Amino acid sequence: MVDKILKGNGLYWGWLTLLLMIMGAGAVAYLVQFNYGLGATGMSRDVTWGIYISQFTFLVGVAAGGLMLVLPYYLHDYKSFGRITLLGEFMAIAAVAMCLMFIIADLGQPMRAMNVILHPSPNSMLFYDMIVLNGYLFLNVLCGFVVLSSEYRGIKYPNWVKPFIYLSIPWAVSIHTVTAFLYCGLPGRHFWLTAVLAPRFLASAFAAGPALLMVIALIMKRTANFDVGQTAKDKLVTIIGYAAIINFFLLGCEVFVGYYSNIPGHMHTLDYLFFGLVDHSTGVMHNNLVPFMRASVAMGIVGIGMLFLARKQKSDAMLATSCILIFVAFWIDKGLGLVLGGFVPSPMEHVVEYVPTVVELTVTAGVWSTGFFILTLLYKLVVAVKRDSEATLKIS
Amino acid sequence: MDNTRRKFLKLAGLTAVAGVTVPMLGSKALAADHGGGHAAPAEHGGGHQEEAPTGVRQGLVIDTGKFHDNPGLAEKCQKVCHDYHNVPKFPTSKDEIKWIWTDKFPNVFPDHSHYKKDDRMSSMNILALCNHCDNPPCVRACPTKATFKNKDGVVMMDFHRCIGCRFCMAACPYGARSFNWRSPRGSEDGHPFIENYNPKFPTRMRGVVEKCSLCSWRTKQGKDPLCVEEANKEVEGAMVFGDLNDPNSEISKVLRNRFTIQRKPSLGTKPSIFYII
Repeated sequence: MVDKILKGNGLYWGWLTLLLMIMGAGAVAYLVQFNYGLGATGMSRDVTWGIYISQFTFLVGVAAGGLMLVLPYYLHDYKSFGRITLLGEFMAIAAVAMCLMFIIADLGQPMRAMNVILHPSPNSMLFYDMIVLNGYLFLNVLCGFVVLSSEYRGIKYPNWVKPFIYLSIPWAVSIHTVTAFLYCGLPGRHFWLTAVLAPRFLASAFAAGPALLMVIALIMKRTANFDVGQTAKDKLVTIIGYAAIINFFLLGCEVFVGYYSNIPGHMHTLDYLFFGLVDHSTGVMHNNLVPFMRASVAMGIVGIGMLFLARKQKSDAMLATSCILIFVAFWIDKGLGLVLGGFVPSPMEHVVEYVPTVVELTVTAGVWSTGFFILTLLYKLVVAVKRDSEATLKIS
Repeated sequence: MDNTRRKFLKLAGLTAVAGVTVPMLGSKALAADHGGGHAAPAEHGGGHQEEAPTGVRQGLVIDTGKFHDNPGLAEKCQKVCHDYHNVPKFPTSKDEIKWIWTDKFPNVFPDHSHYKKDDRMSSMNILALCNHCDNPPCVRACPTKATFKNKDGVVMMDFHRCIGCRFCMAACPYGARSFNWRSPRGSEDGHPFIENYNPKFPTRMRGVVEKCSLCSWRTKQGKDPLCVEEANKEVEGAMVFGDLNDPNSEISKVLRNRFTIQRKPSLGTKPSIFYII
């Protein structure tokens, strides 16, 4: 079955070569960072987590978003998702792999990473995050490959795998909840200290994950002649659209609580993200995330409108555009604003901004490429197996 | 009194190790009794119905007025600390490492800040350091127990266990923690980051978090922390160190007689550092 990833056209090999080149550059950049220390990044004493941890947070969402593709098929027997359920499971594998790589990239002493297991600390949310992320990776690898190999052999997946499939559904919720708990349990970080953080994480995840899948599905329709079907796409529009709307509703709740209560700590980070914040000890205005955050809100809202319009007009081009808009909007929201914004102002009420370095961006590009490399191979496998089994069905 | 209790606790620990369960049960009850005897709610830094303190809890009172009247004193405290502990000086501010430093009142006490402050307060430089919280968020967040609370209440760092995830830095509401973004043992343009290396204290490697340890290596020998010793050399009572749970300690007497404030008490971390303003 696995040999199917070795057969592909020029486009396939070209894409993989491109990814491998970026991965190589990322590896070199990581070596630079490994030898120098995390000082090679733009992180500082005041902004202690940067683009690595924010990518990690966003990608946990993408992984959890796979739930929206798995749940209708397995729990509600929604047959139209037959072609995309496996894609959802395999997207989760690639996303969790990226998460783990970003965590390792962010460690000051990566050689000691196993200390988390050697000295288990159940009081730390990171301990639980390690458990749920690795558990989710295991569940998706197991379920994905058992279901796929059964399909390859032309049989229904065995019954013993069902409990694991059902377990993977709440598990998907848990990975993003625990990731939100990393942030929202910290005293003194007002922007993160909110009970709606986990719900908002889930809402944006359930939009961003399926949106990415939709874009990939539309690309595969063109390049691999693999169509997930109109019904599945229409249903995905509903899922992405409503999840995105709920995310914006929850963002609105945050804005209301901050500004109506008028408590400075609750307004500072929102000010910083959307309007800029003045450091009172220096009088300097800091606003380097403002254009991104405003663009994020604009893209998100336009994206939602365009998404439903695309369904009405049955336009794949518009559908792809709207999903890209929503994906990028939530990437900015969670992959930049949430983590970086939480550090502004600092506990001593200074405003220190963060700008990633070239080394850091190259490592980040390398990890994303590795993720897409894994994703490409897995999807190649899925498409080949699906096509074979569906061809067999037609003949018989 | 304190001494006898320490001996008693050691004994209780030994019996526990030996697995002698019955005497241990007895000693538990005794210990609770003993702790209860120590309870003096007013000495314990305010808050609503705090639990009766048990055991030793080392703390510090900083008399900000004395520092204000003696300019340069705070800087001397910082220097003696940073010199002894091999705290490196980096050319760029983003790599900065500091264990004890000064900042303005609104930055050290953002919760106590209002916009009609008197001139004296506005011009004050106030010492800030790890608060050695009784309920430390950094210890809660650490995934490897590399940061932990000592029996004497001091929050410590194990530089050899730290994986450098910096979760503790996100968790600390006081900005008391620093990270070795690059090797402190190195140098740039011929200037070593540690100017006068002190062989008596270990240097750190890159990729680990560090912070003030309230000179636990000194206090174990019954000495005051370096900053306290330095401050009191010039101005008696500028800083007072001692056991917050011992009603007869000097620090307890100061806390009973003077109005003090803590940094961000509303967060429930119960800092062990008190300030006379």
